[in-house]
Amino acid sequence: MTPEVTVARSLDEALAALARDGAAAHVLAGGTDLMVELRTGRTRPERVVDVWKVGELRGVREENEGLRLGALSTCAELLRDSRVASHAPLLVAACREVGAEQIQARATLGGNLGTASPAADLNPALVALGARVRLRSRRGAREVAVDEFLCGYRKTLRERDELIESVLVPTRPAHERQLWRKVGTRRAQSISKLTVAVALAFEGACVSAVRAAAGSVGPRTLRLATLERELVGRPLSPALCRSAAAACARADITPIDDVRSTALYRRHAFARVLATLLAEPDGVPACPPS
Amino acid sequence: MKLQFTLNGERLELDVEPLRRLLDVVRDDLALTGTKEGCGEGECGACSVLVDGVVVNSCLVPASQVDGCEVVTIEGAGFERVRQCFLEQGAAQCGICTPGMIVMTRAWAERCRREGREPGLDDARTALAGNLCRCTGYGAILRAALDAAKERP
Ligand SMILES: Cc1cc2nc3c(=O)[nH]c(=O)nc-3n(C[C@H](O)[C@H](O)[C@H](O)COP(=O)(O)OP(=O)(O)OC[C@H]3O[C@@H](n4cnc5c(N)ncnc54)[C@H](O)[C@@H]3O)c2cc1C
Ligand code: FES
Ligand code: FES
Repeated sequence: MTPEVTVARSLDEALAALARDGAAAHVLAGGTDLMVELRTGRTRPERVVDVWKVGELRGVREENEGLRLGALSTCAELLRDSRVASHAPLLVAACREVGAEQIQARATLGGNLGTASPAADLNPALVALGARVRLRSRRGAREVAVDEFLCGYRKTLRERDELIESVLVPTRPAHERQLWRKVGTRRAQSISKLTVAVALAFEGACVSAVRAAAGSVGPRTLRLATLERELVGRPLSPALCRSAAAACARADITPIDDVRSTALYRRHAFARVLATLLAEPDGVPACPPS
Repeated sequence: MKLQFTLNGERLELDVEPLRRLLDVVRDDLALTGTKEGCGEGECGACSVLVDGVVVNSCLVPASQVDGCEVVTIEGAGFERVRQCFLEQGAAQCGICTPGMIVMTRAWAERCRREGREPGLDDARTALAGNLCRCTGYGAILRAALDAAKERP
């Protein structure tokens, strides 16, 4: 059956289409996930709302609380934006490793959140940055921490009439290092075997605040609570990097065997990658060593 | 839906299903078969076309999203130089990946020129990372891409 399609030209049109009774509508953004789902028949929606041309969902804005990124921001757009580069290098590093150029041109922030795959690359970056997602429906708008929004394997807190409108990346602390590392089978066009994203704030030599998240090592994007606890209030010595990474790999992640990797490899590689990453002096490396 | 767009410089109006893949519009509805289908899932780049100057996989783009856009396929103008470089390097065997490779190479070469960047092998590899070839082993393709980017008009 071909779904009934609404091609929305404005936020109002999109929200009206989502609010209609009957079968829940699927939102279509860049289509890099949904078009594949439709073709393979894994998803057979009765209704689709195409929001690609909804201008209100585009663009990056500076606000008092931080940087607001429209849900339709593509990886390519985020990669080119100097404000994102200085505010959230972690997110830029993640965007650079999504698919290849053709995918980056269409893959959106909202779509990464909407699919809520444990292997999604932008989501761990957003969690580590303490980002909040703004959901809008005809009933109004609400903001939810990305960490809570991604509540299970391909599950989110989005209600059926809600659109992911934007994401707020809060203003960064003065002394911060943002760390990112993706491990895949090749440098581009590979789905992650594991990813780690860490944002570390410092006071003098001591870590004053940490947020960390990981992908592909559990049923959803995982917050790394043990790592955060181990690092806070201490100077980041090489010994601490190793011991905290090991404790985190034991307690915070629940990797499985699947087509891309094994649980054993993932747990082992995760601890090593994380320890190396924490010891990285300058934060986000431009590119993983190959 | 009524779809209006420009294809290789010509303005068109078609009646299509909004979710019909741009790839099918181009190949089946308009009989332009230069654009190839490899995987149909966004992995291989054989279906690469330009939409408003940006390379996309036409197997992932629904017709509704090119309404009002400028689409250029391998049959369009402006690929001659890159094609010549591919010919001279013998950068094709079965040829399924070739149109997509040429489309991406052109976009990359133009970007290098626009940004005044010296085209390098690593850069070419990154640009072509989403274009898979099952035959050639990439050596000749990368040489052709570098030739194309280094040539001055
Ligand atoms: C070849 C290939 C390689 C890929 N590589 C990577 C990779 O390396 N890393 C990675 O993270 N991902 C990768 N992906 C997956 C995909 O590109 C990303 O998940 C992307 O961010 C999805 O965005 P989209 O706009 O294309 O989403 P769509 O396909 O349009 O939508 C995806 C889902 O999100 C929902 N949705 C989208 N926008 C909204 C919104 N505004 N409000 C509510 N719901 C919404 C849709 O209903 C749908 O369920 C790859 C995909 C392909 C085909
Ligand atoms: S056919 Fe479109 S990417 Fe392979
Ligand atoms: S020449 Fe056959 S796929 Fe590249």
